[in-house]
Order: sequence, then structure tokens, then C-alpha cells
Amino acid sequence: MPPLIGIAARSAWNRRASLSLTVLAIALSVLMLLGVERMRHALRAGFEQSVSGADLIVGARGSPLQLMLYAVFRMGETTHTMRWASVTALAEHPAVAWVIPVSLGDSHRGFPVLGTTPAYFEHFRHGDRRALKIAQGRPFEGVFDAVLGAEVAEALGYRPGSRITLAHGGGELAPEHADKPFTVVGVLSRTGTPVDRTVHISLAGMEAIHLDWQGGAPLPGTSIPAEYVSKFDLTPKAVTAVILGLKSRAAVFAVQRHVNAFRAEPLMAVLPGVALSQLWQVMGHGERALLAVSALVVVVGLAGLVAVVLASLNERRRELAILRAVGARPHGILGLLVIEGLGLTLVGALLGFVLLTALSLAAGPLIEARLGLAIPATLPTASEFALLAGVIAAGVLASLLPGWRAYRMSLADGLTPRT
Amino acid sequence: MAAPVIHIADLVFRWGGTPCLDIASFHLKAGEKAFLHGPSGSGKSTLLNLLAGVLVPAAGELAVLGQALPRLAGAARDRFRADHVGIVFQQFNLIPYLSVLDNVLLPCRFSKLRQERAGDPNAAAARLLAHLDLERTLWGRRADALSVGQQQRVAAARALIGHPELVIADEPTSALDAERQAAFLELLIRECDDAGSALLFVSHDRRLASRFDRVLALPDINRAGERPS
Repeated sequence: MPPLIGIAARSAWNRRASLSLTVLAIALSVLMLLGVERMRHALRAGFEQSVSGADLIVGARGSPLQLMLYAVFRMGETTHTMRWASVTALAEHPAVAWVIPVSLGDSHRGFPVLGTTPAYFEHFRHGDRRALKIAQGRPFEGVFDAVLGAEVAEALGYRPGSRITLAHGGGELAPEHADKPFTVVGVLSRTGTPVDRTVHISLAGMEAIHLDWQGGAPLPGTSIPAEYVSKFDLTPKAVTAVILGLKSRAAVFAVQRHVNAFRAEPLMAVLPGVALSQLWQVMGHGERALLAVSALVVVVGLAGLVAVVLASLNERRRELAILRAVGARPHGILGLLVIEGLGLTLVGALLGFVLLTALSLAAGPLIEARLGLAIPATLPTASEFALLAGVIAAGVLASLLPGWRAYRMSLADGLTPRT
Repeated sequence: MAAPVIHIADLVFRWGGTPCLDIASFHLKAGEKAFLHGPSGSGKSTLLNLLAGVLVPAAGELAVLGQALPRLAGAARDRFRADHVGIVFQQFNLIPYLSVLDNVLLPCRFSKLRQERAGDPNAAAARLLAHLDLERTLWGRRADALSVGQQQRVAAARALIGHPELVIADEPTSALDAERQAAFLELLIRECDDAGSALLFVSHDRRLASRFDRVLALPDINRAGERPS
């Protein structure tokens, strides 16, 4: 077998013009396969990093996944609200270290508006348990102060001092809270999480813009000018959800039970990890379909390889006869073709990985900015190794076909090929 | 004395039922140079494939160096060929993408015995190439960069490396002009003598026959040829 490896390599190099295109096709299919896999992981990591500091998410009783998606990722349907009294009660629970109340529903030019407390800037964690950083300006203090996520500021060209008005609800034609504009006082550093796309205001501000509203529309005949809102009690009546941090993670199930059995109103506490695993179950079908399509593209690439190698066999009859004459066995001829297939698939797979790395380096920052997905250029992960090994195994299997043809050919031809 | 290099007795080979080779007796002694001529279609390439152990006769005795080839399994016949037989074809003898030197060294890569007998294979190849008038500057070139005459001499070097007991040459000079035919034959016989190899030279061109120990016509020894189908 050893002499065959060198011969196979040089034979393939001799046909590099036709083979390089099929290797490129394999490389691109591997790029797609690994790219899909990496996006999948980036998506999961992105979701998990968005709640890295939270021990529990508490909201009105309903679907845990829906609460999680809405409160943390601003996705999907709005949920029922929970009373402010419940929030203060939870904050006093001995096991609770901090609470971040979250009030959602309004928007600014498509970006969600989140009402919260200064605890948000202190306790919210993302990524590898990193705290939020203010890139420009300061956290909100006044009722009509707003702090923008990095992407909001960048997309709309805002900086501290800019004045913005919020819209009630999320749609394009949502009525505006035009009488009570907000002033941008700070811009957060980029996090790669939904925080980047969020406009943050205080709960008092959220309450103020809805003073003269009822049921999603301004109350006819009443209009409270911005300068008078401080005369009202701006303590919120309700919030969407509360993000809880515990003094010790060990208490998480005890606190969850406490919340689920809350007397004043029906609440639930969701473990972010558990809710996410529900999400992955839902998304699993889509992921598998995407992976199947990518695998099919790899099969197409390998079919191209087999076709090119099969087509070359007739020109190589003489070459195979010479090898037989100097002592190669028909099995050796089969081996020669399989080694060739292995080598080409290996080169294709490696090239695909190199392309992936190059692409992550080149387009990674853009993807992270646009989609909030971090696609780092790393060495292959275990699952990527498994995919690469699968591709290479498929390549070897596929090259058994030309190998078998060459085997039959060399048995029939002997030393005198019929050409 | 050792067994003859080739021993054939009552050998029959059939191709799709009709015998195309039927030889009562043929022997080649160690170091003997035999010239076998016959028109194309007289069974030359079939005989070549039989002697190389690629084909197996339907009946009769076929032994090379005393080893009955039909008794060996396919893989063993392949190893036997690699160990003991050097072959020169009519043309396109070389793997085009390998260098001249690598082409000569091929038998040593497939046969440990040939490698051992060659001593230092690189030195043996260099010696053969030099003896066959191939300049050192050509050795590193791709085989298909050489002229046809040069390629045939490289093929001869490959057939001879590691001193195989039998060299089979199948019309090795037909692609050469008359002047170079004689020169090639001269070199081939000299190197076979040097290596102690018996030579079975198959050709349809009788003008080359004078330099051989023995001259045979395949139609004369092939009884199948007497009954054209």
C-alpha cells in the first residue's frame, strides 16, 4: 500500500485541472455544512449569553417559553403583566439578591422600548457574565431620560442629547407619545445580545407616558403635559416580568416553588436554561432540515467527484496496466482509487474549513452587528469534527465506485489494455 | 541445473470457449535470449499475460522458475511477477507523471526482493540509466517529456532493475526507427546479460532475430493458430 499513496498523490496532481474544480465543489459544500452548524451553535450561544446572569425569570402564569422569549429577547407575543406589589414582595425574599423589573410594549422606530430600574445597569449580565458598560453618557436618572443599545444609536445616528419620541405598541402605524419626548442620556457598549436593539427608559418614564392613556389610545379630553407628570405618582402598577438574581444558586428551586405558589396573583418562575431547552426542541426540526439540505449539497459535491474520477478512468487504462505489470494487485488498483478519493475529500474538507475560518474573520463582525450572532474563527468543535469525519467517510465510500470500475478494468485488461 | 525460466507443456488457453493458444512445448533456459515472432493476432499478448501470471491457462503446464503459476492465487501471482519478471511494452511504458528515476524504481516499490537484489535502488537505477545512455539531466524530468526512444530505454531500465530472472519485451522497438532499433536491442541484450536475465523478445520484425540464441515463430508452436476460426 505505501507506494500507492505517493502514486495516487502524483496521479491526482497530474489531473489537478479537472480535479481542482470538484475539490472546490466539495470545499464549498463543506463550508455550507459547517457554516450551518456554526450558525446553529452561535444562535444557541447567543440565546444563552443573553441571560447569563439571571437565575429566574418571573412573570404572569402562562407559557414559560413565551415569557422568556418576550421578556429577554423581545420576541413573540406580549404576555400578561404582573403587579408591582408582587415585584416588591419578591425583592424582599431572603434568598433574592436583586430584581430587575422589565416593562415592555412600546417601541421607537421598530426598536423595542424597555422600562426598568437602575438595577438593570448594575446587575444585568450577558456573554461570559459581563456587566453592561456605558459607552457614552450616563444611566438614566430623570423621568424622560433614555439609554440606547449600541445598535439603536448606530442605526438611527443618535448620541447623548438626541430627542426621541416613543410609539405605543410595536407596529409601524402605532400612535406616538409625541407630547412627551425623551432625551438620550447614554449609549451602551455593544453586547451582541438583544440589549443592543433596545431603548431603555425608567419605569417612571414608562408610567408617565401612559398617564393619560387607556386601552392603547390617548384618553379623549385629557392631556397631561410633560412638565406636570412629576405631580403624579409614577410608581408603576404593573410590569411585564422580573429578572431575579439569587444570593445562592442552590436556592433556585425553593424560590421557584415560592413564586409558583404565590398567593396574591398567579405567577410563575422560569429557569432560563429549562425554557431554552424547550426552545431548542421546537427549533430542532428546522435545524435538522437545514442540516439535511447541507448534507445533500455535500452528496452533490461527492457525486461530482465520482463522475470526474470515473470519466478519467478510460484515459488511465494504460497507467493502470503499467502498475499491474510492475506488480500492483487488482486490489491495489482499487486501493489507489480509494486513496485518491480519500485524499481529494480530505483536501476539500480542509479547504472548506479554511474558507469557513476566512469567512468568519472577514464577515464575522458584520454578522455580529446585524444579527447579534457571534461566529468566532475557532478550531473545529467536536460536532464539527464529527461532520468532517462524516464527509470524509462518505468520500471514501463514494470512491469505492470508481475503485470497483478500475478493479474490473484491470482484471479484464491485464497487461494489454483495450484502448 | 536449476529449473528452466519458462516451462510450457500442452498449454491451452481459451477465449470465450475457442482455444486461442495451444502450445505443445516451450522452454527458456536461464539467461537464454529467445526471439519469438508472429503476426498480430497470433496470441502473442495472450502468451505474455499468461507468463506474467495475469491470465491463467485452461489446461496444461505453465511454470516460471519452476513455480507452477496456475497453482498460485491471484495475489501470489502478482507478487511473483513483481519479484521475478520485468516487462517492456511496445510503447507508453511509463507512468507519465512520475519522473524518469521514479519510473525505474517502481518495481522496487512493489517488490522487496527486487529492492534487496538491487542493493541501493537509487544507485542501481542510476547505473542502469547511465548504461542505457540516458543523461543524468533527464532523470528528474517527467517521463512523458522524453522522446519515444528515450522512454523505451527507461522502460528497459525498469524491467531490469533488481535482476529479475525473466524479461519479457513485447514489440519494444516497433515505435523506433531502424537505426535506433538496433542500438536499443544491443543495449537490452547487453544489460540482460549483465543482470543474468533470460529474455523473451516478441516481435513481428524478423530483421532483429539475428542477435538471439534462439528464434521461434509463434504460429509454428501454437497449434490453435493452425485452425483459424
